[in-house]
Amino acid sequence: MTPPPAHSPDHAPGAVPTASDAAPVAVAAAPAGPPPDAEHRRREAQRAAGRAGARKAVAGIGFYTFVSLVLAFFSLPLLWLAVAPFDANPGLSASLPEFTLQNFRVLWDNPYAMRSLGNSVILAGGTGLLVVAFAALAAYALSRVRLPGRDMLLYVLLLLSSIVTGTAAMVPLFNLATELRLIDSQLGVILVLSGGLLPSAIFILKDFMDGTPRSYEESARVFGASPFQIMRDIVVPVVRPGLATIGVWSVAQVWGNFLIPFLLLRSPDQYPAAVVMYTFYTEGGQANLALISTFSLLYSVPVILMFLFVSSRYGFRFHGGIKR
Amino acid sequence: MPATSPTDSDSGTSVNGSKGRPLAGAPAGRGGGSDAAGLGRRRAAGFVAPAMLLIIAFLLFPALWTVYLGLTDYQLTGFAAANPQVVGLDNYDRALSDDRFSNSLVLTLQFVLGSAVLGQAVLGFAIAWLMRNRVGALRRTVEALVLLAWILPSSVITFLWIALLDRDGGTLNALLNTPGTAWLLEYPMASIIVFNIWKGAAFSMMLYAAALGNVPPSHLETARLAGAGTFQQLRDVVFPRIKGHVLTNLLLISLWTFNDFTPFLLTAGGPENRTEIMPVFIYRIALESGELGFGAAISVLMLLINLVIALVYMRLLRQRKEASA
Repeated sequence: MTPPPAHSPDHAPGAVPTASDAAPVAVAAAPAGPPPDAEHRRREAQRAAGRAGARKAVAGIGFYTFVSLVLAFFSLPLLWLAVAPFDANPGLSASLPEFTLQNFRVLWDNPYAMRSLGNSVILAGGTGLLVVAFAALAAYALSRVRLPGRDMLLYVLLLLSSIVTGTAAMVPLFNLATELRLIDSQLGVILVLSGGLLPSAIFILKDFMDGTPRSYEESARVFGASPFQIMRDIVVPVVRPGLATIGVWSVAQVWGNFLIPFLLLRSPDQYPAAVVMYTFYTEGGQANLALISTFSLLYSVPVILMFLFVSSRYGFRFHGGIKR
Repeated sequence: MPATSPTDSDSGTSVNGSKGRPLAGAPAGRGGGSDAAGLGRRRAAGFVAPAMLLIIAFLLFPALWTVYLGLTDYQLTGFAAANPQVVGLDNYDRALSDDRFSNSLVLTLQFVLGSAVLGQAVLGFAIAWLMRNRVGALRRTVEALVLLAWILPSSVITFLWIALLDRDGGTLNALLNTPGTAWLLEYPMASIIVFNIWKGAAFSMMLYAAALGNVPPSHLETARLAGAGTFQQLRDVVFPRIKGHVLTNLLLISLWTFNDFTPFLLTAGGPENRTEIMPVFIYRIALESGELGFGAAISVLMLLINLVIALVYMRLLRQRKEASA
């Protein structure tokens, strides 16, 4: 295993052509053949231009066909979410609704629905806070102090966290929670989820911390600030975008997580929204579509808002280590 | 912790992310060494401790416990629940000769190859490639829709797909004029593969969009002027430059898909175990049948397979790095 890669600054190296950069271009097929005279070359160029025009037309048609298919593929399942909540009599097919807001009232009166959204907020918020606070402390220390085995440790943890994400360690997690009396406790869910999210969070944040200048910290130290004060008054404000990224990321992860709360919580009034969705049935044992579709919409709105906020504020793009 | 979800990306991309190209103006070294705030090792360890405590308790410890449990006949209920016996490698013997296990393994490989390696990566790349020079409403619409599929909670999107694929009132049957086709029963594996492509293509799309930003347009232009077709451009100009991103992408989406529990919400492993991929298999063995020891042994096998996948990609990445050095 190699140690984790060196940090690279946010700015991309840009297009600085070097000798090796130019190399692959030469491969692009030049027409082989007898040494061409001028006439031959002219005709060849004409033919190539004709071919290029035809190719362009075909490419245009192909492009729009492909884009239409992609749009259809990705929007088709979403249609139902857009229409069913407002339909007086929703079925499973997306059709023009008989407009009503009655479904929202029914949902409001359902004892578990609204409470489960509250539970989701507790779980997501608690985990988010815990992950941001612990990851910030750890990432800062790991960024500034060379602890023995640091790189190896980070790398192994990262690999482990992407592998042991709940499903594989289901049985012992369940046992552990039982032993620690964390079954049916929201704290248990928060702790388990935090443990799983922390390695990646530390890894991302360390990237941010590595990229911040040390000079402020040094001058603060000259004026006698304690490490904790430096952390609070200098480091945290500087890396705030990183902390926001981690916070949003953790919240989104927990908000959609089904398995861990499903595994660890027992009583319905503790269930978060992800689990409660599977309990909406009518008296006849049929899935209650009015309730489910409306609830889906309410449950999705916070993540969509969060996504819009992040993408307008920071741009929903890869940054940090991704560029190179 | 569901396999694919917003900005999992960042964590993953950092794995390979930077190749440490030395740059003027980059912070010296890797950020190690200069202890600007005067933390000192002991206090630094104190800063790391809370996070490590949680990681050890809820990540490392369960992982090790899984290994131990796999050697016992531990049960959820009954005599063996109170008094589990160490049975050595019996569970592994049983798993390796169990048809249901090999069935599950084959299904998982189909699922990973079909939905992640072929589906998400190819579709994600195709979108990123075709949209690379576009700006404006079309690109924003496509990207927003693809991303929406990725950021919505998995419980919600499974319901959307249940509604889409329903036998009687589903939108797909109405659209294709194939009433009464029960997609989830007749084509269960194909259904969850397409479902997972839909759900996860966004990550590949974003990663490749970023990667394509590293291919100088002038090189593509030169290749085009020299008469190279799209395929030749991709092979000779684009892929040599984004090979690292491709490998990182494949590694992450393979692992995520391998560990993805979401298809359970769609088909619950059925019909007749035809979609019983590994995570679903473990869940059913351990918590539905209550055979915790056997379930743990399969978990260990799954961890090993994950590790092999990871190591193969790592090796490819390193070879590439050495070749370019």
